[in-house]
Formats: sequence, structure tokens, C-alpha cells
Amino acid sequence: MALELELISPFDVAKDFALSVQKYTLLSAQALANFFRRPLYMGDMLQQADLIGVGSLPIVILTGLSVGALLALNSASTLQRFGGITLIGQLVSLGMVTELGPLITGLMVAGRNASGMASEIGSMIVTEQIDAMRALGTDPSKKLVTPRVGATVFMLFFLTIIADLLGLCGGWAVSHLLFGLDSNQYWTSAWEILVFRDVFTGLIKPVLFGFIISTIGCYYGISTSGGTQGVGRSTTQAVVASSVLILIVDFFVTKLIFAVLGVR
Amino acid sequence: MSAPTLPLDQPALATGDRSGFALEFENVSIAFDENVVLDGISFQLPHGETKALFGVAGSGKSILLKLAMGLLAPDSGRIWALGEEVTSMSEEQLFELRRSVGIVFQESALFDSMKVWENVAFRLVEEKVPNEEIERRVREALRFVELERTYDMLPSELSGGMRRRVAIARAIITQPEVILYDSPTGGLDPVTSNTIVELIVKQRDVAKTSALLVTHRLQDAFTMASHEFDPKTNRMIAIPKGQRGNVPMSFMILRDGKVIFDGDMHQLSASRDEYIREYIS
Repeated sequence: MALELELISPFDVAKDFALSVQKYTLLSAQALANFFRRPLYMGDMLQQADLIGVGSLPIVILTGLSVGALLALNSASTLQRFGGITLIGQLVSLGMVTELGPLITGLMVAGRNASGMASEIGSMIVTEQIDAMRALGTDPSKKLVTPRVGATVFMLFFLTIIADLLGLCGGWAVSHLLFGLDSNQYWTSAWEILVFRDVFTGLIKPVLFGFIISTIGCYYGISTSGGTQGVGRSTTQAVVASSVLILIVDFFVTKLIFAVLGVR
Repeated sequence: MSAPTLPLDQPALATGDRSGFALEFENVSIAFDENVVLDGISFQLPHGETKALFGVAGSGKSILLKLAMGLLAPDSGRIWALGEEVTSMSEEQLFELRRSVGIVFQESALFDSMKVWENVAFRLVEEKVPNEEIERRVREALRFVELERTYDMLPSELSGGMRRRVAIARAIITQPEVILYDSPTGGLDPVTSNTIVELIVKQRDVAKTSALLVTHRLQDAFTMASHEFDPKTNRMIAIPKGQRGNVPMSFMILRDGKVIFDGDMHQLSASRDEYIREYIS
């Protein structure tokens, strides 16, 4: 059997990409608009909050602790050389609250939940369950997408705060137990370095990341075609797309906040 | 090759009042890329009638059902369901209309993470019906399909035939005016198929529901056309030959995206079209 290789026109690729962006934008806008329409599925939102929030807690605890401890460990040796070991609290605090806390939590939840959403909704697509839902007079966007968006945004906000705190605890454990830094000194410097801009940056990011994770997960789920293989493909694409988008958005949000609120 | 055209025994399509029909298609066409699936389809389904829809695999039978529900939009043509024009309605308006139309999907399409009762009660829960009434009506619907014992089971614990019957219970729980059945007996053994045929006849004769039935099994449709439901024995009984004209049952055959036959059992049996003769033989 001869293998025919078909070349895809760059125009077709661009057209497909533009169509995907359009569909994603529509889905996201509809998901947001549904918060102001009835019915609002609070039960489904609570169920998703439990799945996303409580379910992600163990990995967020582990990664938060590890990242804080690693940040302290890696910077301690350099700071020690210049006699600045007392600054370790500031460094861990700033790093965790403004950047690493939201980013690591976002990436962890993206890996766990964007894939989960894409595979769950994708399976419902290939088994005609979404068509059945529409046929039964229920809007899948209201019943499936909006509760996931609400739950992810809400829970990621609190998961990030937990990751920040545990990162600080990890940093304290390393600086106190390995480098003998006074606990009081660590926590005082970690607390005093933070200003409104840092906390604002650290708390606006999980809101945006939560929105990205849930809408990307649902978008790839709803766009699934091609049976079980298609579900697998959607799952992978959802994780890759949401992770990349989180990193890109993170850069631009940081840059925007620097521009609006000023650099430290 | 284009399909041979037959004079279809149906009244001329009215342009005004559509209230006499449960469903009406007018010049409906739909294509996917280059593949024309339905090409200018027109037909009517009167209230209380069951129309069996035949055609080879890929002839667009399931697409036709999805069009009737507004789950797909045609490229051209107009569709009415219960007097309302489906093709001009927004998705939001369609959600309202779909509450009066039931559908049984080919693979049942039960929500696999929900128990049987939750599947059957789905529409009632959405309509915020009180819990006691939900339980009563779910049990009633499950009793209708003789599956009350599966109330607390998951769809994965049921056989294929049982899943179809649960799907029928889900479709009838709100007593819709029209039910669309997509190959409800496909892939099932003869005994289970017969049970499902009996349920469809029961729904037709007891609730007087209009139905569009997609099937590959001609025999099932002939059984429906030659039997009626006897409420006293709770069984389907054969109608004597001379009285079969009273059964509200018709047949429609699709070929190459067009309707090549639309009529009752006698007209179908009397057809001299080669393709139809081959199909029903």
C-alpha cells in the first residue's frame, strides 16, 4: 500500500487556528455570561470545588513545601558567602508569593484538572451524552462548563495561598534547621518585605490561571472527535495548552503590574 | 447514481398551519464537507403516528433525528416540530421545545456517572419537581419498561437491552408528545428486541405518542404495524388481517439522501420499485 503524504497549506493551518481561537473565546465568554443567567448549578459547582480543591490539596502541599525548601537551600549558600543569610526570609517570601506559589500551583492543577476535565467531557461527547443532555433541555455550557470555571477559579485562589504559606514553612525549615537562622528573624523579614503590590500580584494570578485551566480543559473536551483516541489527544492537548498559556500569561501579567504599580 | 423517484403518497406541503403535524421537514439538505447526506428531504409526521425510517448504513437516518431535535442545523430547508419552526429558533428556545420531545439514542447515551434513577429523573430534577414526585414518577417509568429493580444501579451494571429500556424510560418520563427512536433494537437478541418493540407499541397505543423510528430491522416495523397493545393482558397482540389499516403506522425509505418511499404497509408491500422490493425481501 502506497503511503500518500498530503501537504497542508499554511493558510489552512492559520484558518484552523483562528477558528479554534474564535470557538475558545465564545466558550469562555459564554461560561462567564452564565454566572448571570439561571439556572446556576451550585450543587455541581460545590462538587467540582471538592474534586479540584480538596483533591489537589496533597500535591499542592507537597510541591509548596518542596519549592520553598529548595528556594531556601539554593539561595542560602550564595547568601552565606556574602554574609547575607538573614535575607533568606525575604527571598523565599517574595519568590513564593509573587511568582512561584501561583505558578507551581497553577501548573500542578493544570496537570491534574485540565486533563480531567478534557477527558470527562470528551468521553461524554464521544458517547453522545452531551447530545443527550441537550436533547433533555439542558445547556451543557451551564451544567458542565460554568461550574468548573467557578470552582477552579475559587479553589485555585485558596490553594495558592496554602502553597505560599507552605513554601514559607519549607524555607523556614531549611534556613532554621540547616543554616541555624533564628525563626523570629526569618518570619519577621519574610513578613516585612511584602507590600501591597506583591500580594496583589500573587493573588490576581491564580484567578487568571484558574480561568485558563478550566476553560482550556472544557474547550478541548467539547472539541473532542475521533473516539477514545480523540479523548486521549484532547487530554494531552489540554495539559500542554493550559501550561503554556499559564507561563505566557504569567509573564505579561507581571510585566503589566510592573508597568501599572511600578517596579520595587 | 441518483435515486429513482416515486410518487410519494403524501399531501402537498401546506404553507400555513402546521398544528396537524408532530414533525414536518420541508426541502431539508445537509452535507458534511463534500458528502451530501440529506438532499431536499420533505415529509410530515401526523400526530399520533409512528413512522419507521429505513435506509442503508450512512444514509442519514440518525442525522435526520438530530435535525428534528435541533441538535444539528440543516444547510437549507425548514423543519417544524409541534408546530414550531426548529430551524429559526435559538439554542435557548430549543431547550424549551426539547422538553416536549423525547429521544432514545442508538447507544442509549445514559449518563454513566449517574445511577439509573438519576438518569431517568434528569429532566424532572432540572425542572425542580419535588423529590417525592420524582421518586413516584421514576418508579412509574421504570415499571413501564419493567426495570424497577434497577433503580439504584449504575448504567455499567446493565446489559445493552436494559440500557435501551432505561433510555426509553428517560425519554417518556415527561410524557413527551413526540419520541424519536434511533435504532432501539440494533445489536440486540430477538427476545430483547421484541420486548423493546412491545414497549414502543405500548407507548404508541396507550399514550398516543407520535414517533419517528430509525431501524434496520424491517421485521420490527412490520410487527409494530400488525400488532396493538392490549392493556388487559399488558401484552402486544396481533391484529386480524382485515383491521390492520387502523394502525397509525407508516414507512419511509431513504436512498442517496432522498426519500424514495413514504406510505403505509400495504403501499410498501405493493411497491413495484426494484430497490424497494429488494430491500423488503
